[in-house]
Amino acid sequence: MIANAASPNHLQLTRDGQLRHFLTLDGLGRDLLTDILDTADSFIEVGERRIKKVPLLRGRTVVNLFFESSTRTRSTFELAAKRLSADVLNLDINTSATSKGESLSDTLLNLEAMASDMFVVRHAQSGAPHFIAESVTPGVAIINAGDGRHAHPTQAMLDMLTIRQHKGAFEGLKVAIVGDVLHSRVARSQIRALNELGAEQIRIIAPGTLLPRDVESLGCTVEYDMARGMKDLDVVIMLRLQKERMEGALLPSEREFYRLYGLSQDKLALAHPECIVMHPGPINRGVEIESSVADGPQSVILNQVTNGIAIRMAVMSMAMGGQVAERQQKLTELTERGQA
Amino acid sequence: MSGNERSSGVSLKITGGQLLDGHGVETSNIALLIRGGRIAATGEAARHAEADQTFNADGCFITPGFVDLYCNLREPGNGQKGNIASETRAAAKGGFTTVCASPETSPVNDSRAVTHLIRDAAVTDSPIRVLPVGALTRGLEGEMLSDMAGLTAAGCIAVGNGSRGVRNARILRRCMAYAQTFGLTIMFRPENQSLAADGYAHDGLVTSRLGLLGIPEVAETASVMEMLLLAEETGVRLHLSQLSCGRSVEMIADARRRGIAVTADVAMHQLVFTEDALAGFDSRFHLRPPLRSEADRKALVAGVREGVIDAIVSQHLPHDSAAKQAPLPATEPGLSSIESVLSLGLSLVKRGELALSDLVRGLTSGPASVIGRVASIGHDDIADLCVFDPKAHWTPDDQSLISAGRHAPVIGQALAGVVRLTLVEGQEAWVSA
Repeated sequence: MIANAASPNHLQLTRDGQLRHFLTLDGLGRDLLTDILDTADSFIEVGERRIKKVPLLRGRTVVNLFFESSTRTRSTFELAAKRLSADVLNLDINTSATSKGESLSDTLLNLEAMASDMFVVRHAQSGAPHFIAESVTPGVAIINAGDGRHAHPTQAMLDMLTIRQHKGAFEGLKVAIVGDVLHSRVARSQIRALNELGAEQIRIIAPGTLLPRDVESLGCTVEYDMARGMKDLDVVIMLRLQKERMEGALLPSEREFYRLYGLSQDKLALAHPECIVMHPGPINRGVEIESSVADGPQSVILNQVTNGIAIRMAVMSMAMGGQVAERQQKLTELTERGQA
Repeated sequence: MSGNERSSGVSLKITGGQLLDGHGVETSNIALLIRGGRIAATGEAARHAEADQTFNADGCFITPGFVDLYCNLREPGNGQKGNIASETRAAAKGGFTTVCASPETSPVNDSRAVTHLIRDAAVTDSPIRVLPVGALTRGLEGEMLSDMAGLTAAGCIAVGNGSRGVRNARILRRCMAYAQTFGLTIMFRPENQSLAADGYAHDGLVTSRLGLLGIPEVAETASVMEMLLLAEETGVRLHLSQLSCGRSVEMIADARRRGIAVTADVAMHQLVFTEDALAGFDSRFHLRPPLRSEADRKALVAGVREGVIDAIVSQHLPHDSAAKQAPLPATEPGLSSIESVLSLGLSLVKRGELALSDLVRGLTSGPASVIGRVASIGHDDIADLCVFDPKAHWTPDDQSLISAGRHAPVIGQALAGVVRLTLVEGQEAWVSA
């Protein structure tokens, strides 16, 4: 019988269920996500040492392939790779090859000739890291650093690490994600991670124009009224609002958005007193969040950045480990077949 | 493909197998005698006739040749995505004896010169009948009327918009009034461009999860409604092409009850696949209109079963491999589908969703009647025939596919349904042992 194409997980997991690429959180189980968080925890300690290096990726070459510019994500990936002792090459492709008309496939062929072991990919088009993972030589790991509106799995995992540090566990947690979910790869990955890790409630707070179609199918509830949505919250995650949303007639004005969906002290007061405030950054003060909230005692925004390095170290070392294990397994099989 | 050349030549006797006419009536084939491009005798009379050649159709179905109302032959064009020779051979392998060539070529078929070019190329390069569809507007730009009367005189059998919308309803209304003057059929793929915007996938569960840009159903249904109202007012014969939404089927059924002259088709892949096909970012299933929900798929299948949808089309749109080798949003839409239509259809029959007779009607008499032709197997009918073995298997891959486009809906997996013989006016257009 003719079936629709399967889910992409054969792509990012080895036969034994280890990571070999890190493209999306879809299809990754609670054990693996917890494993990533635990591994990251062990790397936090590395960041506190005087010599902040472990030799896990010594001799490996990591290429940061950024087709869309990003300062923070790229620098935390770079730091993470360097702390794992890898050689790092940063390529900002949006300013070089593709603007000269070279196709992504051709760019990749050239980069593979440099014998890289891992590509960290950020791309404006949803699914680009999947495409790259399908077309690269076996043995090269692909890490998704954000693709279109699809996924930003390392960001979601560093958010989960931050939540776990402050709340201990996910069971019973009430979490809200506020703002432009429609255009947000971060929100899609967060909703997936929170569901898998067992959060009790995931509320989306946004106007109808900033919601994907059938958003509840992702495993969340929708609340148009922020005051109601803030009630009893343990975690509130604010999303960045791009200024161009006004031009596409999605919103009337920044002022109206801030009044209805901006996180002010007044609105935060409606949540649980120990509610933490998160934001994937970069923040727009006075657009989605009041300055005093962003800098206030409940804000954990800077913890998120620190945790970003540890999560990226965890994911990079695990994916490289999966690739190496897979290669060894294939070699063993070949040898055995030779002996037989 | 000149008539004289066809009608001369040898006689052929097909024995065995089951006959299935366009209305789905099934009878055992005693024998069919083909001579002079026509069916010269059937039954007992044919059994005893002498013929130069015989073809044993045991285990096969014998149907009228398939008629495709919408496919792209890519000629004129730059050749990388196929040409009339490659794509009509692929069509013959798929059991098609008549294909309507979309006007969306390069240059667009909006002049007598391009129509003549297509017909001339078909005469020398095509084993099957190629019927050009002219452009509804000049350059398919939706702004000025094309020379519809001239196109028809040159051999176009209808006018259409290919895959491009017409933004301005006033121009659409004038296109209809003008086409109606000459009794022309408008073949129109409904899509409201401002609602479809930059989308490339069904606005639904999969787009929400994968963060793809959606095309809402209303992009099609708003256009279907507009077209039905304009057709009612102008009286033009309207054929709505490549539908994707269940609601469109309902609206067409309603319009027919009100007496509006409207017919419709659906691409075979819309009857088999859904939005889930994009779950792994498979760029082959980047289609326009997009694959929609399971509910839509079921409603489209029901539309075929109940005859609201007259025809099943291939929506064949071959590409060079580079056009599909990119992240999904950057790829070009379309499947190389014409060789797989029969096999996909038989999978629906096997699942019990469609009767074999519905499938054959949707591929033969249904589309033929839309363009004023007949597809039947009787004494003195034109010998356009397809003989296929429903149990034999083939595997679409780089070796087996004939089309220049290798992005078939199923690749590397065995499919049931192999065309053994395609005859156009009695001449072999395709034969496989």
